[in-house]
Amino acid sequence: MNTIVTVLYYLLTAYVAVLLVADFLKNRKWQDEVLYVIVLIPFVLRLLRLK
Amino acid sequence: MKRKIAIAALGTALAVFAGLSFYRSRHLREPVVPGPSVSRVAHLGDYFEPLKGSINDVNVYVLEGKEPGGTILLLGGTHPEEPAGRLAAWIFAENAEMAKGRIFVILTANRSASTVTRLGGAYPRDFTIPTVWGGQKFRMGDRWSNPLDQWPDPEVYLHYPTRQELAYVDIRNLNRAFPGRPNGTLTEKTCYAITELIRREKVDIAIDFHEAELQYPVISTIVAHQKGADLAAAASMFISSMEGFAIGVENSPKALRGLSHREIGDATDAISLLLEAPEPFLDATRGRTNRELLLDGKDEFVVRAGKRGLLFEKIDEKGWPIDIRVGRHTSTVLQILEIWSGDNPDKAVVLSGVPRYGDVVQNGTGAYLKDPKTVDPAKLVFE
Repeated sequence: MNTIVTVLYYLLTAYVAVLLVADFLKNRKWQDEVLYVIVLIPFVLRLLRLK
Repeated sequence: MKRKIAIAALGTALAVFAGLSFYRSRHLREPVVPGPSVSRVAHLGDYFEPLKGSINDVNVYVLEGKEPGGTILLLGGTHPEEPAGRLAAWIFAENAEMAKGRIFVILTANRSASTVTRLGGAYPRDFTIPTVWGGQKFRMGDRWSNPLDQWPDPEVYLHYPTRQELAYVDIRNLNRAFPGRPNGTLTEKTCYAITELIRREKVDIAIDFHEAELQYPVISTIVAHQKGADLAAAASMFISSMEGFAIGVENSPKALRGLSHREIGDATDAISLLLEAPEPFLDATRGRTNRELLLDGKDEFVVRAGKRGLLFEKIDEKGWPIDIRVGRHTSTVLQILEIWSGDNPDKAVVLSGVPRYGDVVQNGTGAYLKDPKTVDPAKLVFE
């Protein structure tokens, strides 16, 4: 069960990371672009199992 | 587009910087120079096969005397964020010269917990103990196993086998998971392996090194299972009159489950004791949480809390330096062993080479850490 939850967690993390990247690419305001990049960092670190 | 590339590059740089910090925190190798009486370095997995190869298949330093005697287990790093415990165990592993009996020393009982720091706690990722040869760097660690190794936490943690309900996060707390469960979590399996070690090696006394915040009532004390109450009381009296510091005795509560002083004593033939030293770094009212506070134990806000009567241990501007905390642990163990050996000559554990409280305070902890550059690299062990 724990393995299933963990896999789902990482899939969700990857999904949110993809959404953040897509929003970063779509956005036109530099303030929002910076915000998306900063929010993306912990998701990337999670996916890489660094944090 | 150029702007997006620049912002993405900035984000990548930040991610690399943060990622490297976390990677180093998890993978910092701490060299150990096995002392003159270390006959072999076993692993916890030797006592419980399923732990083999896991992050908690930790080193067990086996120190053997020329003559047979009793057997002692020293547990450092049950809570790695309480560094005096690891350092005291380190001093035994690198310095003890055994005459009688055996000592099993574990420096990092929960290695997983030593590879992460408190989430949101702004802990330093490591600290350095100064030595004449330059200093030795240690991982800071946390109280709980790394979520990368054991996840997710349940809504409710039911301790095995008593089914007592404990805080959910304590399912990753080594000192809430004894005596352990063979088919449980990583933390429970680690406890099970330690319990198996105690059974198979016929350990007479298991001593678990800890530190506590000054706002915690169980501090500067020996917490003793009822089997070790007399031994702890005698040690407390001798220490308080001879060693230059005071230490109390607490009975291990029978209704509070999962702790080493309760479960090891109940589940095995060993006497189980837990030592607590004061660590202001852990106090909730502390100021900046940095390496200086960890090692000097000086904090004006904790002092202020003391002046308002909120603490269970005294503190002043001198703080609680790491050498005092480490020295308390080494002297307490030495006193316990001397009393035990006097009362049980057939199971005596006699050793030399380990500094007492006064020595550690005067010379510093670093004086008893061995320079890894002076030994054959093949003989080095890494934590």
